[in-house]
Amino acid sequence: MTEKKINVDYMSRVEGEGALRIHFKDDQVSEVQLNIFEPPRFFEAFLHGRSYDDVVDITARICGICPVAYQMSATHALEKALGITPPPGIRSLRRLFYCGEWIESHALHVYMLHAPDYLGYESAISMAGNPELLPVVKRALRMKKAGNDLMVVIGGREIHPVSACVGGFYAAPSQKALKALLPELEWGLNAAIDTVQWAATLEYPDFEVDYEFVSLSHPDEYPFNEGSILSSTGLDVPMEEFDQHYVEHQVAHSNALHARRVDSGSTYMVGPQARFNLNFERLSPTVRDLSDEIGLELPVRNPFHSLIIRSLEMVNAFEEAVQLIESYEQPRQSRAEIPQPLQAGEGCHATEAPRGLLFHRYRVDENGLITFARIVPPTSQNQPRIEADLWQYAPGVIQLPLEEATLRCEQLVRCYDPCISCATHFLKLDIVHD
Amino acid sequence: MSTSRKPRLAVYKFASCDGCQLSLLDCEDELLDIAGEIEIAYFMEARSQTLPGPYDLTLVEGSVTTEEEIERIEEVRRLSRFLVPIGACATAGGIQSLRNWADVEDYVSIVYPNPEYIKTLKTSKPISDYVEVDYELPGCPISQEQLLELITSLLIGRQPRLPAHTVCRDCKSRGTVCITVAQGIPCLGPVTRTGCGAICPAYNRGCYGCFGPIDDGNPISLGEHFLALGYSGDQVARHFRNFNGYSLMFREASDYFEGKDND
Repeated sequence: MTEKKINVDYMSRVEGEGALRIHFKDDQVSEVQLNIFEPPRFFEAFLHGRSYDDVVDITARICGICPVAYQMSATHALEKALGITPPPGIRSLRRLFYCGEWIESHALHVYMLHAPDYLGYESAISMAGNPELLPVVKRALRMKKAGNDLMVVIGGREIHPVSACVGGFYAAPSQKALKALLPELEWGLNAAIDTVQWAATLEYPDFEVDYEFVSLSHPDEYPFNEGSILSSTGLDVPMEEFDQHYVEHQVAHSNALHARRVDSGSTYMVGPQARFNLNFERLSPTVRDLSDEIGLELPVRNPFHSLIIRSLEMVNAFEEAVQLIESYEQPRQSRAEIPQPLQAGEGCHATEAPRGLLFHRYRVDENGLITFARIVPPTSQNQPRIEADLWQYAPGVIQLPLEEATLRCEQLVRCYDPCISCATHFLKLDIVHD
Repeated sequence: MSTSRKPRLAVYKFASCDGCQLSLLDCEDELLDIAGEIEIAYFMEARSQTLPGPYDLTLVEGSVTTEEEIERIEEVRRLSRFLVPIGACATAGGIQSLRNWADVEDYVSIVYPNPEYIKTLKTSKPISDYVEVDYELPGCPISQEQLLELITSLLIGRQPRLPAHTVCRDCKSRGTVCITVAQGIPCLGPVTRTGCGAICPAYNRGCYGCFGPIDDGNPISLGEHFLALGYSGDQVARHFRNFNGYSLMFREASDYFEGKDND
């Protein structure tokens, strides 16, 4: 009997601290662990006793890469708990805010975290050393900056923005400040289209999985902040029922809680690929035509094609950002009046973070203090799915030299753009094996 | 000594959100120039290649929350000529230092199905509680401007010029009407270090202290003013007990106001 091991003690080009271990016996996979050693920070615990207003700023600190996602899920959930309806214009402004974060996060992942795997480089920094690739890296940085600049105008800064609050925004940007972004966003739209065409020329491993895709779905628009929970298995339920159908389990071999379907115990995928497959008709005509032009067939079952899908989502986000700014009028009121005295209540909400569905549930007492908090980030939902992919993928690469096989498996993990900082906001630190 | 060797930069992560190390990648206009002058020798979020220490400049994000992290920060210190904690987690313990006021075992049982498996330190503390540090960059997140100043000054061998005045002064510079005086909204600007550009008052809300206390501020005096405006002691305490809540001056202020009744 021969044994082989793929061991990556500290995965690079992902957000946070994780390790990858795959064990083989006679070229059969015997064990897969995406092992997370990032320490827990106990957000759900220390939110207890904090004011509802604090939640928006505190949960942003779960993730420096997708703070807007946390702010959007939190504001909507707390508005439901407290019975607050934001004033007119806020809904669009929140979509615009999310466009900025999707652009920033996707540009970072597509070019700087994932593309090096397809081009044979260890980083985008090394790619920039090749004169042929330097323009690609420069394009990436400029696109990323365009997304960041949009977040800065709406939120004051791109990491942990300060303007979002329960009821809307502390202040809404002026029409002039947003319009000043238009030339760069219009450039970005073309750059994103170029990105899709460039992404289509990369070489992708031949690998397909029969996934259950789960995302928000809205009848009229590509999902950001609203919609029902839709699954490719046909399940279509209000987001309030999310945690009746999907639940997290603690598993012995990993430091992560794993989310699964309640009824079948099966794994599922959230994120760009799930959104794209379930909501293709709500993408802009530009994006759908591009997708046809490069020959993507629905549903996309190859996880490596998520790089192309992120690029397509950037086209959608740039295009929507331009449209929202062109029709923007500064809301007369940026924040709903908070009814006094406060009503105690419970509310939950899901939005689409760049990495997928992000669910929050809160209970608030009559003093506005949090008595219960539950947060289900995308990466803790995808983690069992990543491991299941590796069980299927690893046997096909184990004949390669070990170093090459290891790189291929890391490349697969990165398809999910795992954000371990998010997933470990409540993960346990150390498991005692029995 | 070789003159051709580029200075080596390392970026380490402890308990944190990744936002401060992302600040380096968010220097879109400068990143390639930095990479031209400096060997980015260890930066797991950005590159797979790692070069061994010693490192000329090590940036450390995150707070110390586990036994393993204590050992690791000691090792990082040994490898580093200049060790600079970046961000509120690394310089003050971060938002996760709220556990320092609680029983961490209660926290564990609130969050985990199998609390008996959890092993973590009772506290979240800054890097300087465990090793000597050379400079510190405050902020949640840090200021890119201060980060670039730190990197370039150490590169050319001079002291970094890190400003230490208040957010309050920045508001005056940018002409923002005082949110506390005009609207009675509590604002930590008079006792908080500069770095953000005084964005919160410009966005019609009070400063919540992302860059931590200035050296010679008087948070308790400021908090008394919030009580006089009608806020409860617990509200004032929570205001100080945020991302830099465990920094000495904000900690003392939050402990002072917690449970305190208005007169």
